[in-house]
Order: sequence, then structure tokens, then C-alpha cells
Amino acid sequence: MIDNHILAPVFIHLFSAVIQLIAWRKTITQRIVSIAGSSLGVLLAIRLLSRVHTDGILTLNAANWEAPFGIVFVADLLSATLVLLTSIAGLAVSFFSSTGLNRQRMLYGYFPIFHFLLMGLNGAFLTGDIFNLYVWFEVIIISSFVLMTLGGRKTQLEGAVKYMAMNILASTFFLTGIGILYGITGSLNMADLSLKIQQVQNQSLVGITACFFILGFGIKSAVFPLYYWLPSSYHTPPSAVAATFGGLLTKVGIYAMIRVFSLIFIPDEFTRNLLMTIAVLTIVIGSFGAVIKTNIRRLFSYLIVCHIGFMVGGIAMFTKVALMGTVFYLFHDIMVKTNMFLIAGLIRQLRGTMDMTKLGGLYAHYPKISLLFALVLFSLVGIPPLSGFWPKIYLFKAAFTLQQFAFVGALILGSLVTLYVIAKLWAEVFWKDSPSDVIVEDKFEPLPLFRKILLVLPICILCSVTLFIGLNAETIVQLVDKISDQLLDSTMYIEAVLGKQN
Amino acid sequence: MELILIILLGLLYAAGVYLILRRSMVKLLLGIMLLGSGTNILIFLLGGIVKGKPPVIDEDAKLFQDIFADPIPQSLILTAIVISFALTAFAIVLLKRVYALVNSDDLDDLNTPEEEDI
Repeated sequence: MIDNHILAPVFIHLFSAVIQLIAWRKTITQRIVSIAGSSLGVLLAIRLLSRVHTDGILTLNAANWEAPFGIVFVADLLSATLVLLTSIAGLAVSFFSSTGLNRQRMLYGYFPIFHFLLMGLNGAFLTGDIFNLYVWFEVIIISSFVLMTLGGRKTQLEGAVKYMAMNILASTFFLTGIGILYGITGSLNMADLSLKIQQVQNQSLVGITACFFILGFGIKSAVFPLYYWLPSSYHTPPSAVAATFGGLLTKVGIYAMIRVFSLIFIPDEFTRNLLMTIAVLTIVIGSFGAVIKTNIRRLFSYLIVCHIGFMVGGIAMFTKVALMGTVFYLFHDIMVKTNMFLIAGLIRQLRGTMDMTKLGGLYAHYPKISLLFALVLFSLVGIPPLSGFWPKIYLFKAAFTLQQFAFVGALILGSLVTLYVIAKLWAEVFWKDSPSDVIVEDKFEPLPLFRKILLVLPICILCSVTLFIGLNAETIVQLVDKISDQLLDSTMYIEAVLGKQN
Repeated sequence: MELILIILLGLLYAAGVYLILRRSMVKLLLGIMLLGSGTNILIFLLGGIVKGKPPVIDEDAKLFQDIFADPIPQSLILTAIVISFALTAFAIVLLKRVYALVNSDDLDDLNTPEEEDI
């Protein structure tokens, strides 16, 4: 069904960014426009999801060029839900950065670039054309480069060099894959590719192309042998930026993997084994890295790597139950990881440091805020009935059915280490007495009430969404059930884009 | 023509990967640029090279009967060139700033210990 409103969540961020560029150096106007734009974005995304839910997959042919010749935008349930979650995370970060960010950074265009980043994310979720996906990826990485370097501190720039080199390399691999794919099929439309790839004579060439895509998306989503850039760069930018990166950027890689492997390269035995090995090693390495770190944000960076493995493993199993687990985990992870980095930023505001050895006694001073943090941390660990618990059931079930015991072991190890790390974090930061020799510089206490609310509100928003996902799991399970049906049976997607096939 | 392009392509990719594996930041930059050019030529090559045929067909024709040039790879390359131009420009400025701060061209020196800010 053709609907011209699919791109509304993309355009709203484009317009916000342009208005903010006009209001250059007027930071108050920019903050208001940012919050208003993001709120409107959430409403538009809710509308999109409800329309997709009632009317089925929506498409839009750019400039009315018929698919497969023109660029087509597709909103199925997976992409519409991810657009909604991105918009919610964006709204929370808009709120947080209006207070939690250095004014110097706002003067040099933090807000416009942030909205360009959200525009790129929404575009990447909604496009149905593989080259267009590449272009949206580039929009995302160029905005993220600027956000990462904004401020120009030494550590920030050093982290940015690694981030930039690895991401440009990933784009090159991705583009190489697209080039070969175009050479062997003559199409760029994902639905059309899904049909044409089966007619290719030389199927081993298809396998090699799939490897380029795994390499490109693997670097972006930070899987095992390609993850080094993530922990060495994500702790450097301001917390608002790190929250957007940690919550959303790696997840775009996972989304692209799900999309490409469910539509174009249906995983064969080799790809499954490759992805499964990668997943197990990612979980193990990520959890070992998290154990030894004392800086909160470095620790969270390794937890991102660890939990990416859960989702890659789900894609590797590629059964209905496994995909349900993966998609559910993806939803949970976007909300919780964004929130974790916002919490790290708030802890930094409260105590002036993020080093666990120098922190302590937060629970005694701020019991309410600490309890709010505890809810989020418990969701991350997956204490029933919070949101991290439900997807893991599906992942375990799928792994037992397919007898992937290595993955079961890795899942248990990953969950246990997450529990251990979070327990350590809780004990060190909240329960332990504050070390006596450290001078506490509390930037939060002297703030006026309005700004305090602006700092705590985004954490409340994200926390309530997490609680909704956890406590209302039945609705979410029905949603991911439909999503995994759409992913496994690609005829629905193909018919929506290309019309009825004979 | 194809053979020359294939050899060039292999050279560009090999040189790009070799330079990226070096420690120097300038060589990293050059490697990224060479890999980008290699990819552009790969798309050009795999789009099929046709000499002297316009990318149009007869208005009445229902099928592609004659050989014709495919315009899509060229538009893809154009997009990719613009993007890689922007990325390279950013990378040059970033590396220049880092060189000014660290005063070294070696990527292994980019490990300043944690300093606290924001």
C-alpha cells in the first residue's frame, strides 16, 4: 500500500536541523526546537506504527519511479517499531542534552548535527534500496564523526581517529559488496534482489558477497574480531552523545544484518556457523572486558559488545523463535543502553567522576534517583519480570531446540557476568561509603529545580518505556511474533514493494 | 579494457589494505582514499562496460534488444565520490588536529590515559 507519510519521521528531523542552523549560536532557541522536533517525531512515529499495524506494509516510491527502478521506502513492522524507539531515545537525549551539555558545544552546532544523525537513523530503517541504505549509513557516520569530535579534547580526538578509520573501512566493504551484488544481479532494490539472487548461476559468488556484508555490518555493530574501536572511543564524548551512540548506532548494524539476511542472503550452513562462532566469541570477549574495567562508561562499552553477541546469535539460528528473541532483545537493548549512558552522565553530574573507585555513597545522598537507576540496571540484567528477561527465554528455547549448546553456554556466561558487573557497580557506586580522600564536586545540587527535572526526566521516560516492555510483555510478544513472520516469509515484503508476483 | 581495469582494481585494493595496516596516520589516510577509488572502479567494471551506446532505448521498444550502456553504475559512483570526498576532507582535518595535539604520526601513540571531562 502506498503512503506518502512514511518519510515524515525523516523530514521532521531534517526540518528541525535546518531551523537550528538558521538559529546558529542561539542556544535557547535551538534547545526548544530540538525538544519540540523530537516530540513531534515521536508522535509521527506512533502514527506510522499504528498505520503499519492496521494496514500492513506501507511503501513509497520516490519521485513516483516504479520499483524496482526507483528508490523505494518501505515501512514494515520491524522498521516502524525501530523508528518509534529511535524517536523515543532521541527525545530523551534532546531533554538531557539541553542541560547536561557544555554550552561551548552547543555554540558549535551540537543540536543540528544531532538531528541529522536521527534523520539518518530513521532513513536507514525505512529504506528499501540497498544503495540508499549505504547513503543513510554515510549520513549517520559523518554526523557521528562531528558529534564525537565536537569539543576537541585530546582523548576525544584520539578516540575519533580509531572510530573514523574503522567506520570508513566498514563503508568501503559495504560498498564493495553492493558493487558485486549489482554486478551479479543487476538490481539494487532489496525486494527485487531477493528474487533475482536465487537465479544467479554461481552461488559461491553470492556467498563471497555475503561475507563482504558480514564484514561491513560486523564492524558497524562491533562483533568479535572487529570490535576494538568501540571500547576505545565510546567513553570519550559527552554522555548525551555517548547515549545516542551506545543505544542506536551499533543497533543499526544489527538491523541491517537482520534485513539483509532475511531478504537477500538467506543464511546457509556456512553463514550460520560463521555467525554463530562470531556470536559466541563476541559474548565471551565482551563479558571478560567488562569484568576488569573500573570506569563506568568503559564498562558499559564492553557490555554493549557482549550483548551484541546475543542478537547475532539469534540471527545465526534463524528460526522463528530465535528471531522473536533477537528482535525483542533489540527493542529492549535500544532503550536500556541509551538509558545507561544517560545515567553515567548524571552520575558524573552528581559526583564529578565516572571512576568506580572514587565513587560511593550515592544511595545515602540521593535515594530516589538511586532507586530509579536500580530499576534500569535490573532491566539490563534481566531480573523477571523486567524487560531483559523475556527475550532471553526465546533465545534459550531456540538454542536448545537447535542443540546449539555453545551458544547456550555463552548466553549463561554473558548473563552471569552482566549480573556480576552490575552488582559490583551497585556496591561500589551506591552502597560503599564515599572514599574520604576524594573531594566531591556536586554540580547537580546547586542547579535550579527546572534543570534538575530536565536531567532526570529523560531517564524516567526511558525507564517507563523499559517497564512497559517488561510488564506488558504479552503485547510486545504479539508484535515480535508478527515481525518474525514477516521476516521469515519475505513474500509479503516483496508483494508490497513489487506488486503481486505471478 | 576490462583486463586493465581489473589489474588496476587489484592494485588499488592491495595498496589500500597495505597502507591501512601501517602505523602512520598519513598512510592510513592514503589507504582509505585508495580503497575508495578501488571500490568506485569495481562498481564501474561490474556495471558492464559498453562502448559508444547511449543509455536510451526506442520509445516503441518493449524489450531491451540492443546492447545499451547502463547509467546506474555511473550515478552510484558519482554519489560514492561525493561521499568519500566529504569523508576524506573530514579525515584530513581530524588527523591534522590530532597531529598538532599529539605531535606524532604514529597511531600507537594515541593512548593518552583517561582524563575526566563532561
